[in-house]
Amino acid sequence: MLNVIDPGLLTTVQDLGRLRWYHIGMPPAGALDNFAFRVGNLLVGNSEGAAGLEMTYTGPQLELTTETLIAVTGAEVTLQINNQPAILWRAHRVVPGDCIGLGSVRRGARAYLCIAGGVDVPERLGSRSTYMLGRFGGLDGRKLEANDQLQLGSPAVSFEKMLGRTFDPALIPTLSKEMTVRVVIGMCSHRVTAASLREFLNATWEVSTEADRIGYRLKGPTFEFKSGEQPFGAGADPSNVVDLGYPIGSIQIPGGLEAIVLLNDAVTGGGYTTIGTVIKSDLDLIAQASPGCQIHFNEVGIEQALQARRDREARLSLIRMELGIFDQAGALGQ
Amino acid sequence: MSDTRYHYGGDEYLLVIFSEAMDLAINFKLLSICHEIKHRQVSGVIEACPANASYLVHFRPEEVHPDQLIRTLKDIENEIQHANTLQSRLVDIPVLFDDPWTKECAQRFADRHQDPSVSNLEYLMRVNGYSSKQEFISAYCDRPFWISMVGFVPGTAWCYRMCPPDQAIQAPKYIRPRTDTPERAVAHGGVFLCIYPVRGPGGYQMIGMSAVPVYDPEEHLPDLRGRYILANAGDRWKFRPIDMDEYNDIRSQVEAGSYRYHIVEQDFRPSEYIRDPSSYLKRLQKEAVG
Repeated sequence: MLNVIDPGLLTTVQDLGRLRWYHIGMPPAGALDNFAFRVGNLLVGNSEGAAGLEMTYTGPQLELTTETLIAVTGAEVTLQINNQPAILWRAHRVVPGDCIGLGSVRRGARAYLCIAGGVDVPERLGSRSTYMLGRFGGLDGRKLEANDQLQLGSPAVSFEKMLGRTFDPALIPTLSKEMTVRVVIGMCSHRVTAASLREFLNATWEVSTEADRIGYRLKGPTFEFKSGEQPFGAGADPSNVVDLGYPIGSIQIPGGLEAIVLLNDAVTGGGYTTIGTVIKSDLDLIAQASPGCQIHFNEVGIEQALQARRDREARLSLIRMELGIFDQAGALGQ
Repeated sequence: MSDTRYHYGGDEYLLVIFSEAMDLAINFKLLSICHEIKHRQVSGVIEACPANASYLVHFRPEEVHPDQLIRTLKDIENEIQHANTLQSRLVDIPVLFDDPWTKECAQRFADRHQDPSVSNLEYLMRVNGYSSKQEFISAYCDRPFWISMVGFVPGTAWCYRMCPPDQAIQAPKYIRPRTDTPERAVAHGGVFLCIYPVRGPGGYQMIGMSAVPVYDPEEHLPDLRGRYILANAGDRWKFRPIDMDEYNDIRSQVEAGSYRYHIVEQDFRPSEYIRDPSSYLKRLQKEAVG
């Protein structure tokens, strides 16, 4: 059991997300920094999809009533076990009564606590992820509160086998206040002028204070739309289109006044012009961006996007190998 | 050759746009295509999500290259030149029009509205040239609305009045969106009606309150158990005006978990609708009652 003494600013149960329900308006939810979360699970001997905790900006204080392994990955944050500092991206053994404390993030935005066996809340539509706007999944569809108690699943492998296993720290992503994310331009991008699209790619975008699991609002130049009559049913504003589906990572420009990148708790569709989509592997970077961070968009083609995807999986494979894990499900080699 | 455009939505999505304008005939066809994608279990496809005049495909590029998937989707489009018969449920939606809660909400956000001196309903009457409130409410209730898309948040349905475009009731959206809307508010924006599944921001003009929920995360109601939302793309919703007594009565049934939706399952033949919308709708209505 995991007891919540202090929940921190915003801590939720997440796994790899709820797929196949976008068509009813249910976004996947799931850990925003997919890479950090999967590594966290690998470190404690879980399958990559076991549920853990995502904490935002300020972490929780927790007490464990079970002997287990934990690992914290993602943002740079102070981790203490019984007030003793412990290092990130490494498995630690904890025994009943141990207190785990996470401080405020120094770099990045979201840290992940993975526990051997995973957090055992009921699966809903195939996932344990919390989707707060829809009051769905996780613990009663909400963020954690003081005095909450979370059940833990049974660990897949013995603690002794996982303890002490490490990987090359060069494989840990570096966090920065300034980042370049790759984007595939398209969808309704033909509705804005070529000059406006160029400016979008050349500009420095600043993360606003309205940046959460649904989406990140970015401040930068305004957009100009090509002139022409609005299609029937689209709405009067030139940034309106007949409502369509929004991919996770898509960039919309309501009113042409700002750019919003949708993340895992996205609204699944609507009537704003979308000009492109951030590639899957770079959504991890946005997950670690906080208000004031600067973002540059770099246009890539579909083959480059697919290559970036393979590169990220290759890095994960390397980590699995160094940890002595030889299959995707996290089964342990000798 | 078709005008359909196939777009990459990053490395995991394809967005297929049939038309920039809303068109029911196009929606019938793309619903058929989405059913077919599901039926064929196209390799690598996680799901296809129909929208008003487009659809979104979520896929695993490890299993299918997006260009290969585009070829498959084009083949399906070529095979489905005309929409197939669609399973379409006719659902009774009891609505208290001109209700006190949405009016109170409109007053709170008066500064964001085109004309805060009148209610949202009265504003829409004027914009659409109606002088009688009764007549205006009848226009919302005399024929069904087609669910052309589901999304935004779970259970939000885009409801399109089944009439020729020149008879459409249209609604300008709020100048600036509200930060609050009551749960179950019935509202109109552009050519679409929607019922807000949860309390939250919104920019549609509010005209009433549905007595019945469209999202049920706790699975209180037997008809929504295991499915969580009321809407299917391709269903028809028939709005029915009710008074405060009936509203309160239905609300207590909903809260007790005993409310049963009035749903009639029907085959919907797009070709017959397109040939003669009014008489086909009358025939379906008669069949539903009979």
